[in-house]
Parts: sequence; C-alpha cells; structure tokens
Amino acid sequence: MYYFGDPTIWLPFVFAGLMGVSILIYVVLDGFDLGVGVLFPFAEEDEKDRMIASIGPFWDANETWLVLAVGLLLVAFPSAHGAILTALYLPVAIMLIGLILRGVAFEFRAKAPAPHKRLWNNAFFIGSLMTSLSQGFMLGMYVMGLEWTWLNFAFALLTAVFLTVGYSFIGATWVIHKTSDALQIKAVEWAKGGIWGLVLGIGAISLATPFVSTRIFDKWFSFPEALYLSPLPILSALLVFWLWSMLRKMPYADDRRSWQPFAAATALWVMAFGGMAYSFYPYVVPEQITIYEAASAPESLFIILIGTCIVLPTIMGYTVLSYVIFRGKATELRYD
Amino acid sequence: MELETLLLSRIQFAANISFHILFPTITIALGWVLLFFKLRYNRTGEERWMEAYRFWVKIFALSFAMGVVSGITMSFQFGTNWPGFMEKVGNIAGPLLAYEIMTAFFLEAVFLGIMLFGFSRVPNWVHTLATFLVAFGTMMSAFWIIVLNSWMHTPQGFEMIDGVAHATDWSAIIFNPSMPYRFTHMVLASFLTVSFLIAGVSAFRWLIGGRTEGVRVAMKTAIIAAAVLIPIQILVGDFHGLNTKEYQPAKVAAMEGNWETGTGVPLILFAIPDEEARENRFEIGIPKLASFILTHDWNGEVQGLNDFVTEDGEVLHPRVSPVFWSFRVMVGTGLLMLLVSWTATYMILRRKRGIEGLPKPMLYGLVGMSFSGWLATLAGWYTTEIGRQPWLVHGVMTTKEAVADVPAPLVLSTLIAYLLVYAALLAAYIFVIFYLARKTARGESIGTSIAPSPASVPKAMPAE
Repeated sequence: MYYFGDPTIWLPFVFAGLMGVSILIYVVLDGFDLGVGVLFPFAEEDEKDRMIASIGPFWDANETWLVLAVGLLLVAFPSAHGAILTALYLPVAIMLIGLILRGVAFEFRAKAPAPHKRLWNNAFFIGSLMTSLSQGFMLGMYVMGLEWTWLNFAFALLTAVFLTVGYSFIGATWVIHKTSDALQIKAVEWAKGGIWGLVLGIGAISLATPFVSTRIFDKWFSFPEALYLSPLPILSALLVFWLWSMLRKMPYADDRRSWQPFAAATALWVMAFGGMAYSFYPYVVPEQITIYEAASAPESLFIILIGTCIVLPTIMGYTVLSYVIFRGKATELRYD
Repeated sequence: MELETLLLSRIQFAANISFHILFPTITIALGWVLLFFKLRYNRTGEERWMEAYRFWVKIFALSFAMGVVSGITMSFQFGTNWPGFMEKVGNIAGPLLAYEIMTAFFLEAVFLGIMLFGFSRVPNWVHTLATFLVAFGTMMSAFWIIVLNSWMHTPQGFEMIDGVAHATDWSAIIFNPSMPYRFTHMVLASFLTVSFLIAGVSAFRWLIGGRTEGVRVAMKTAIIAAAVLIPIQILVGDFHGLNTKEYQPAKVAAMEGNWETGTGVPLILFAIPDEEARENRFEIGIPKLASFILTHDWNGEVQGLNDFVTEDGEVLHPRVSPVFWSFRVMVGTGLLMLLVSWTATYMILRRKRGIEGLPKPMLYGLVGMSFSGWLATLAGWYTTEIGRQPWLVHGVMTTKEAVADVPAPLVLSTLIAYLLVYAALLAAYIFVIFYLARKTARGESIGTSIAPSPASVPKAMPAE
C-alpha cells in the first residue's frame, strides 16, 4: 500500500480532489437545470415544454453528482460530514424537499392528467427555487465558518439570492444554446438580467473569505503568492466583460456561437470554485477540521478508491456521450 | 430535551427510510419481472408480452425516480441527525455505502435510459441486455445496503481502536451471520410486493373493461408467482427468526411478547404488552407453540425480556408493543397473501378457465391487496429495526450515542415538512398508477413524451 508514499497523506488528498471535482461538476450541470427551473414562471406554457426538453435527457445524471459528492464526504471524511450537515440542518432539509419536488415533477408532469400539469409545473419551479436558495445559503454559511450569528445569517441570505440568480444565469445561457427563435431571444434577456447575480456572488465571497480568517488572507495577499494568483481575478473580469459584450449582440444571425455564453459561464464557475478550494485547503470544515484529520482509515479508503476508479471514468465517458448524442437544439422527447 | 431529540430523530429517520424503501421494494423485483416479460417475448414473438412490458416499464420508471430522490435524502440523514454513527463505524459503513451508491449510480447513468426508451432505437438483444443489467444492478444495490444493515444487527470482522471500528476481515463483514437470511427475505418480499401490485392493478384494468391479452398474461404471471413464493417466504422468515434468536434474543422475546424465560412457552396471538408492569394484558395464546416454533421442541427453553435488564435497572431490550404488533401485522398480511394467492391460483387452474375463472369478489379482493406487499415489508422492517433498540450497532454502540445535538423543535418542524411532502407524493404516485391503468383500459396510448433520463440515446447505435 506504500507505493505512492504515506497513504494517510495521499489518500485523503485524492478523495478531497475527487469530492471537489464532483461538487464542481454538480454546480455547473445541476446549476443550469435548477436555473431553468427558477426561470419557469417567466416562460409561456409552450415554452415550458421546450425548456424541460432542453434539460430532460440530462438532469437525472446531473443530480447524481450531488449524491456522489455527499457520498464521498460521508464515506471518506465521516466526521466532517457530521459537523457540516448538523450545522446546516435546516437549509439541508429545505434543499432535500426542493430536490424531491423538482425530481418527481419531471415524471409526474408527463404522466399526470392534463389539468394537473400546472400543479406539477409549480412544483418544478418551487422545488428548483428551494434547492437554489438553500444551496446559496449553505455556501454563505460555509464560507463564514458555519457559525450561526446574525451577521453570518445575513451574509448567507445574500449569497442565497446571488447563487439563485447565478444559477438562473447559467440556466439562461443553456436555454440560449438549446433553443431558437422567440424563446432564445427571451433567454438572452434573462441572461442579461442574471449576470449580476454571478458577479456579485463571486465578489461577495472573494471579499468575505480573506477577512474571516487571517490564514486565508495570508494565502492570498503575501508575496509572491499574490503574483501567481493574480491571473484568477483578471481572467474572471475578462470573462465577465466578454460575456456581457456577447449578450448585448445576441442572438447572432447564424447561431454558430450560441454555445459560447454557456462555456464562458462555466469557465467563470470553474475559476470561482478553484479560488475557493485554494482558500480552504487543507480544511474540510473551515478552520476546524482538515481533510487529514477527518479522513477514514486508509484501508477503508483504499477499498473505496478501487470502486471509484472503475465507476468514475464510466460516468464521465457516459456523460460526455449523452451530451454528444443530444447535442443541438432541443426537440420533443418520446418514450418509444 | 435530549430524549425528545432522540425520539424525534428516530421518527424522522423512520419516516424517511420508510418512504424510500417503498420504491426499491418495487424496482428490485419489477426489473426481473420485466426481464421475464422480455424473454418470453423474444422466445414466442407474442405481442402480449411486450404489451405487458410497455405498461409496467412506465411504473418502473416512476418508481425508480421516486426511489432516487428519496434516496438522496437518506445520504444526508446520516450527517444531519446521526453524526456519531459514521464517526464510530464509518470505516466499515463507508465502503459498503460507497459501493451501494456507485452501483446505483452506474446503473442509472448507463442502462436505465436504454431500457426505458431504447426498444425501437437499439438492437433487440441490447435492449434485453439493458433490462437484465438494470435488474441485476438494482439487486446489487440492495445487496450492499442489506450487508450494511445486517452488519449493524450482527457485527463481526472488526476491531475497536481508540473507540473507532477498524475493519479486519472484509469477507466476515460482508457475509455476516444475518446477511443471507435478511437479503433473501427482502428479495422475496420485493417479489411478493410486485406480484400483488401487478395482480391488483391488472384486476383493476380487467374490471373496468381493459381485457387485453397483455393484462391477462401479466395477471396470471403475478398470481402464480405469488402462490409459489409465499410459502417459500414463510419458510425463509422462520429461518430468519431462528437466526435472530441466536444473535438478538431480546428482539425475538419482544416479537413474542415473552417476559419471563421458561420452557413450553405459549405462542401469543393477542395481548396488550404493559411496559410498566412488565407483563401482558388480555393475553390469548396457544400453549407451547412458541417453544415449538423457536426451538422445534414443545418444551424448549425460550429467553424472556426480563433477562435483558441489568442489575442497576438499565433496559437493554426494545419497547415491546411496537415490535410485538408490527410482527403480527407482517405475519397476518403474509397469511392473507397465502390465502388469496392460493385461492386465485386454484380458480385459474380449475378446468383451465384462466383469468375468466376469477369471480368478481376475487378481483375486488386483488385490487384491495395491490399494496399489501408494502404493508408487510414495512411491518417486517419495523419489527427488525425497532427490535434492535436500544442498540444501533448491536453490542457496539447505542442509538443514543449517535444522535446529533440538534434542538428538538428543529427536528420536529423538518419532520412535519417531510411527512407532508411524502403524503402528497404517495397519493400522487398511487393516483398516477391507477390513472395510467384507466387510460390504457380506454385504449389510449401512454407512450407520449416524458422527460427521459440520461441514456434515451442510441440513435448512434449500430445495426439500425
């Protein structure tokens, strides 16, 4: 077991990496699903069907990245799983109920009789909204160190709104890519209306994080680290600028570049996430428990790793395949 | 206050897992039943088997989705309410849960879509293979979770270092003493649940005039399967009980409502256990039968509950009434299943009349029994899970040790929210099943657009 050095060091690191990647994939992929749900009330009835069709083939697999992320937290860092989720008890419960409503609404709105469809459309919207808000709230609380004070609470409410608007933004860029005509034009407007959520959200967290802990402050604002890290904020600013100038001119006549806003939004997401991961490493519970302290015994982690090495590439490959097969504009999906 | 949190957390976990288990109970066996329909179709080329397949695959999809979303809740409950569990036995529970999650994940991503939407898009053998892999994967998922659950009842293959369990022997952990019994018992429970669901919904379609060949063949398959499986299940249940008596005698004592250790113990049919007085009121029993069932000897000695109270008064057995009653509900439902399925089979086989041999009262009875499997399965799980108390992992840690220090009102308010959502969804689920049944009985298509899950793919597949 000592092939790569001390397993109590590299195993927790590998699992933290796997978990981080799962969370990142989740917030991008389910981020656009949830965003589409949040935008639901702004769409006409027939547009709703097309919006559902644009995420229909993907949402289920997207959501399972959350299961994988939380599963990895649970099995690889059990004590952190307990500490984080106990502190976030109420928002977790709200998120779970939201996820349930959103998930079953997909099945029910297609199978239930027509008069009930409206009800399930509402369930889809409310579920997506509950999930987005509570995830944003949890993000804010996590950044502030999971302490329930009024200040942190207020900050978490802000991030809840920002993340929800941010999700609606990435959702709108997805709809731009997957639809055409009137709905696409509408989605461009939605994206223009939502981009501030992303900017303010990333801004608020970037500003708050260094002031919560001097350790994080030093990580960012000492020389030469500050120099190596400077591309991160500069690139992010350029991306925002590019996104904005693109959205102002959209939709383009030949629709060739419809994927670019989504790609740019994803890149922005990746950078924000990378910055956060850099800030918090090596802690899994901010300033309290490191990944090395929280990790399960190496022999148990090793067994899980074997399974992960088989399953993860399969899922990745499959995910790519399904996006390739369902590329292009969303069309009606049929059972047989 | 602490006790309130403990009790409310237990009720919340029970509510979540009870709601969740309803859907795997259906998908575990329904996958194999669909494979059976598919194989019959491949062999005979008869359209009726595909008709049955097409209807039930939709129920499968719906149940699968319900299982997935309610399963997500489960993976959070460990952290929100029971952080002590993973801290102490995470090294063992972790890998088992990981394999459960990954099996489910794997399946969901790859084969379910082909099974649901691929019939006309992929070669027939690929569709059959996908159906098999989904059935197999669902069963594997159940296997891993039952391994973990059984290990909590009969733990072995580990050592405690600084109060934390470390695995020493994985094959001992996986093949722990109660696992084979519990797994078999649960798989059979799933098949019985599905048999009665198919029989009930088919009887409903038959009654309202949907008398197609597909309904006929599904109903006949389900009734005969139930009739064959129920005696096997009763036998397996008996073995499971004997295994429990060996490893968790306090649970068996509570199931039997037996307070005092003795020989020639009666089998109690009815009683109201009084926890305070530590005795039964209004007891009606059959002399010596409990001794005979548990020891296979009319005068065998059976341990009573009073043996599980320590000298300083600590009670190491579960509360008696819930275990006593849920056990009786399970056995009672099982006996009713035996009666109904054998009578119906006799009516079908008599003079080879087939489904036409079933009189109206029997059809109504089958409709009423549609969800009897759920009742028996839940009652069985309550028996075994409440029966494990006060232990969470038998002899290793108590439930009280694992509970999170969350304020009771918070646990209560989330519990109420979960219950409301679950009640609404359950009503919607049952409503939609019968709605689809009515719709097909009217001869309308139910195959229109649904938001399919990932793999509704394979336009790119070869041989098209």
